[in-house]
Amino acid sequence: MAVLILADHDNETLNDQTAKSVTAAKAMGGDIHILCAGSGCSGVAAQAAKLDGVAKVLCASDDAYGHDLAEPLADLIVSLAGDYEHLVGGATTTGKNVMPRVAALLDTNMISDISAVESPDTFERPIYAGNAMAVVKCGDPKKVITVRGASFDATGEGGSAAVEEIAAVANPGLSEWVEDKVISSDRPELTSAKIVISGGRGMGSKENFEIIDKVADKLGAAVGASRAAVDSGYAPNDYQVGQTGKVVAPDLYIAVGISGAIQHLAGMKDSKVIVAINKDEEAPIFQVADYGLVADLFDAVPKLEAAL
Amino acid sequence: MKVLVPVKRVIDYNVKVRVKADQSGVDLANVKMSMNPFDEISVEQAIRMKEAGQVEEIVVVSIGVTKNQETLRTALAMGADRAILVEATDNAENDIEPLAVAKILKGIVEEEQPGLVLLGKQAIDNDANATGQMLSALLGWSQATFASKVEIEGDKATVTREVDGGLQVIKVNMPAIVTVDLRLNEPRYASLPNIMKAKKKPMDTKTPADYGVDVTPRLVTVKVTEPPARQAGVIVGSVEELVDKLKNEAGVI
Ligand SMILES: Cc1cc2nc3c(=O)[nH]c(=O)nc-3n(C[C@H](O)[C@H](O)[C@H](O)COP(=O)(O)OP(=O)(O)OC[C@H]3O[C@@H](n4cnc5c(N)ncnc54)[C@H](O)[C@@H]3O)c2cc1C
Ligand SMILES: Nc1ncnc2c1ncn2[C@@H]1O[C@H](COP(=O)(O)O)[C@@H](O)[C@H]1O
Repeated sequence: MAVLILADHDNETLNDQTAKSVTAAKAMGGDIHILCAGSGCSGVAAQAAKLDGVAKVLCASDDAYGHDLAEPLADLIVSLAGDYEHLVGGATTTGKNVMPRVAALLDTNMISDISAVESPDTFERPIYAGNAMAVVKCGDPKKVITVRGASFDATGEGGSAAVEEIAAVANPGLSEWVEDKVISSDRPELTSAKIVISGGRGMGSKENFEIIDKVADKLGAAVGASRAAVDSGYAPNDYQVGQTGKVVAPDLYIAVGISGAIQHLAGMKDSKVIVAINKDEEAPIFQVADYGLVADLFDAVPKLEAAL
Repeated sequence: MKVLVPVKRVIDYNVKVRVKADQSGVDLANVKMSMNPFDEISVEQAIRMKEAGQVEEIVVVSIGVTKNQETLRTALAMGADRAILVEATDNAENDIEPLAVAKILKGIVEEEQPGLVLLGKQAIDNDANATGQMLSALLGWSQATFASKVEIEGDKATVTREVDGGLQVIKVNMPAIVTVDLRLNEPRYASLPNIMKAKKKPMDTKTPADYGVDVTPRLVTVKVTEPPARQAGVIVGSVEELVDKLKNEAGVI
């Protein structure tokens, strides 16, 4: 049997998550195939074909798949499912949107957000905001999985898989795309950056958040935020790191004006080195920080920028 | 229009979770349980739609143990009209899987015929983020997950979704499944008079068998363990010292 991975991409560039899902898939057994579904996405298929360990790329280029709408995408995956034992997506908003729909259509339970593959039918996944790790075994013939990117290294390049064009299946026409509101930035992506600097409620305002941006620019870092900072409008929603936001594990994570609630820690505690800057020496973030600085951030952050 | 709002009873988000010594799961004995925070947001959304004259009736449903009555009473006190309790287990530590929950909800949807089902995007205990999508698949309805804005006009809903790249706006056919994200609204607290009134609101009790659903888990939990603990490091005295350590000790910049 084989593994089918739903590629994460924006019709132009393959997201790093796909290469991480391939690493997870290597432990599931069988040939690895990647499905690139999108609109005008043949370039993405070519990128996927280069990933090490991939045997075949299926490319379904159709307007119905251009915006990751769940219903047509799930129907496409289900139409291909007969050939596969494992159907895998990233634990990204695309994978989380589509894969449970696939699982229900195949009458199997969803195995969400796996952090390790113990064997082809046994997987580890964090529960309770990462405060417990569950190992679950799936006896169903089909396993529908999303993969936590922060827990797997990206597979390398060097492959040369064949790309097969496949036709679209009927679109149920239940929903339509209206618009994307995307703020483009030259900074690296949060989930693949080597360094992340995040601001919390302590930043006090959207304007103040710019001192974080300045440090990020010097370090070539991505910028993140706590839920409180996003809720307060200091940072956009896609900056949120945590249990219900993005999970990151960079080489260096700098938390500024963040108290360290378990829901935030859930998204960053696997970072290699953690730095916390907080004026409250009792803040729980210091319990996970390798380097803590008890200071007013409005004093420390500009100094940090100057020192870099 | 009628709105159905499934609410899950979970460990309170402030409680420090303890893994059981026998690795069978998480200790739920004598810990504070609350409504899943995302479900408070969907109850609030339903109430606001009712206040705006778009909704006639809000039905809340919870699947689990008898004590889920408390969670349903909370939703009724916030402003829901009627509740359905599905007693599916006698032990709160037996989590009912998203697939089984979705199948039971499908049965309830067929009986109640709501025009909209509002679910949380994720239960903060199993962190599955699956039930709404599964229910939508089983019903063959449209789905709009991770909603931060929902506007209904006739037979379509325009939903703004929180996605990895920012926001995505989609238009879905009604009836629809919507799962709610954190920024949709700030849920209200129930007032004392409303808590009193909620005691008189109707609550039906059902079982999974009423909907022909078998809740036996499809995934077997082999073990549940504590994640490796992280050790606290050092407190540095100055920004200069911090930069020095990051360069020369950790080698990360
Ligand atoms: C269902 C649910 C899901 C959630 N999901 C997430 C999630 O995914 N991610 C997430 O982050 N949170 C999440 N939360 C919220 C979480 O519980 C916390 O409320 C949140 O992380 C707190 O953000 P904060 O640390 O920025 O704010 P606070 O806890 O208010 O901390 C602010 C910190 O800034 C410090 N500070 C203030 N001023 C200064 C200054 N001038 N200089 C230095 N330090 C200063 C203070 O000492 C304090 O420690 C979730 C909560 C719920 C209920
Ligand atoms: N046992 C349950 N009873 C009622 N609603 C539930 C239950 N389990 C899940 N849900 C609903 O499904 C949402 C997502 O849960 P999950 O897919 O488990 O992360 C929750 O926010 C609830 O709205």
